[in-house]
Amino acid sequence: MLLEIKDLHASIEGKEILKGINLSVNEGEIHAIMGPNGSGKSTLAQVLAGREEYIVTKGEVFFKGKNLLTLAPEDRAREGIFLAFQYPVEIPGVSNTNMLKTAVNEIRKYRGEEEYDAMEFLQMIKSKMKLVELEQALLSRAVNEGYSGGEKKRNEIFQMAVLEPKLAILDETDSGLDIDALRIVANGVNMLKSPDNATILVTHYQRLLNYIVPDFVHVLYKGRIVKSGGKELALELEEKGYDFIKDDSGVLV
Amino acid sequence: MSNTEVTTIEELANREYKYGFVSDIEAEAFTKGLNEEVVRKLSKIKDEPEWLMEWRLKAYRHWLTMEEPHWSNVHYNKIDYQDIIYYSAPKKKPKLNSLDEVDPEMLDTFKRLGISLDEQKRLSNVAVDAVFDSVSVATTFKETLAELGIIFCSFSEAVKNHPDLVKQYLGTVVPSTDNFFAALNSAVFSDGSFAYIPKGVRCPMELSTYFRINAASTGQFERTLLIADEGAYVSYLEGCTAPMRDENQLHAAVVELITLDNAQIKYSTVQNWYAGDKEGRGGIFNFVTKRGHCRGVHSKISWTQVETGSAITWKYPSCILQGDNSTGEFYSVAVTNNMQQADTGTKMIHLGKNTRSTIISKGISAGKSNNSYRGQVKISKKAENARNYSQCDSLLIGDKCGAHTFPYLEINNPSAKVEHEATTSKIGEDQIFYLNQRGIKTEDAINLIVNGYCKEVFKELPMEFAVEAQKLLSISLEGSVG
Repeated sequence: MLLEIKDLHASIEGKEILKGINLSVNEGEIHAIMGPNGSGKSTLAQVLAGREEYIVTKGEVFFKGKNLLTLAPEDRAREGIFLAFQYPVEIPGVSNTNMLKTAVNEIRKYRGEEEYDAMEFLQMIKSKMKLVELEQALLSRAVNEGYSGGEKKRNEIFQMAVLEPKLAILDETDSGLDIDALRIVANGVNMLKSPDNATILVTHYQRLLNYIVPDFVHVLYKGRIVKSGGKELALELEEKGYDFIKDDSGVLV
Repeated sequence: MSNTEVTTIEELANREYKYGFVSDIEAEAFTKGLNEEVVRKLSKIKDEPEWLMEWRLKAYRHWLTMEEPHWSNVHYNKIDYQDIIYYSAPKKKPKLNSLDEVDPEMLDTFKRLGISLDEQKRLSNVAVDAVFDSVSVATTFKETLAELGIIFCSFSEAVKNHPDLVKQYLGTVVPSTDNFFAALNSAVFSDGSFAYIPKGVRCPMELSTYFRINAASTGQFERTLLIADEGAYVSYLEGCTAPMRDENQLHAAVVELITLDNAQIKYSTVQNWYAGDKEGRGGIFNFVTKRGHCRGVHSKISWTQVETGSAITWKYPSCILQGDNSTGEFYSVAVTNNMQQADTGTKMIHLGKNTRSTIISKGISAGKSNNSYRGQVKISKKAENARNYSQCDSLLIGDKCGAHTFPYLEINNPSAKVEHEATTSKIGEDQIFYLNQRGIKTEDAINLIVNGYCKEVFKELPMEFAVEAQKLLSISLEGSVG
């Protein structure tokens, strides 16, 4: 098993957001986590990535059998967790290439692999750029600075392609994308799928799931997974709205 | 800011100053205090000509009439000028011709500082003048340079061997009466570096002076004079360190640069004086007057400074652009952490026609430090078609530090074009987390951001020093997460 979450509780500024999450993800699987605004979807993504503002108050998370919660955010990344951010931050003065080269080599070092030299690195990223139809010019620009919304999201998928994670968590990567950008992003994710890695799609809408077909769909509501099913669950949600979950789970609004 | 971050700042800000050791070298020093007798004694011990002693005395007498300036945005207790030792020299007098006779402890000191005075072990393209407390102890590659007619030696030697050149140029850029600290320096300067590049000669290697304060209670007052004759070019670098001491030590240097027609001087500084501890105890007061005079047409002076050390930095490397079509440049990275204070910038005085100046200033403040940019651009009446571009950026790390910008513009000619841009930004925790999530640890993330921020300045430094400057910056800022 790649990822195992057991009874995970997490809070921020004293307010409990996650109230007992249980989830298992195997290699080769795509899981979609859906739910209304404020249900804790993004919190789950941030907690897995190691954002320090969120305090885990209870529960366990194992990644490749290791206790994930004791690892620093950079070590989680080096172990193979990648978070595609909902709002990728701008980092003026740091070029995309320079940031990625540092990242790739840190990860390779951690895994005991030889660091790439400049030539090897450039060759490697060139092939990955095609995957998300990224323009060459974006490479030398500062990370996310002045990028359009679509460029930012494509850049996240591009970084994911370069870093080759074991587990990719896509936090609302579909939000704010037009249909072409959505297709490019989805295409990238589908091409990167392999029997060795897994993806968690955090999304509000079913739309993305027309392009990336999940093996499992989970509905998060008020900090708990209240319903799990196959890809047809997403369609059911689309049709009936989140209200039917509320009734179904018996949780009061 | 979350609690965890505060802890990280405190843990990591305690990084030790690597150059804070004291060398056990017997020194010959004056007793504390300053009066005319001290000035005479100093001049005598250095076997100076009469005119220079008179020049010093004139400066001293003028200094007595002046008040310590307090217009800068820095705060410190009044300096007791009678509590300072004005001359300290290593007792074993090194013969300047042979390194074998230099105190081995001294060679070891410079070796620990990463400066090998042994020419065989030096980088082949850098000549070094090493100044220890008040005197120059060794100058490398002198013979190689002499073949091209280049004079590169300690200031004392220049006074002995090239008195005419010294007399012709000393005090012509920074007069002995210029300001309080320049006057003090003129009275009691003990040594420094001198370079003269003859007509049409392009100096084939970097000239470099390394300043080291070792003795306690000692002030360092060095004087640097560089002259690039017509069509000459030189790139010059200075570096500085001092031991960690609880007291504040005064460093009041004067640097004068002169370029004649078509000449160019590129002057780079990597300043890493001891900054004091994190409560603000100790550290160097770095009160320096640096000025370049583009006397000739089409001449150029560039100042590049990376200021990471000192408890207080107070300096404004400036350019007087007198020759028509002359160019002045100022590239600066000033970093303050903990309780450090810096008030630094430049003055660009446009006198000639078609003169151009560029100012790129990058201030980085962390901890509880205060960092001010103060710059003046003056376009005189006769300076037709003068151009200036200024860019002053401030980067804040954490929320207890301050950044200030004081631009002064004085434009007396309507044909002038003067541009000023300023930005203030902050390294945010979301930026750090983003980079963490890509496998980059916090310290490296800050380095990446800061180096990206400073790259316009670093690219002006000679290659190997740019690498040094980057390392120095990362050490100065380690742990200052915001």
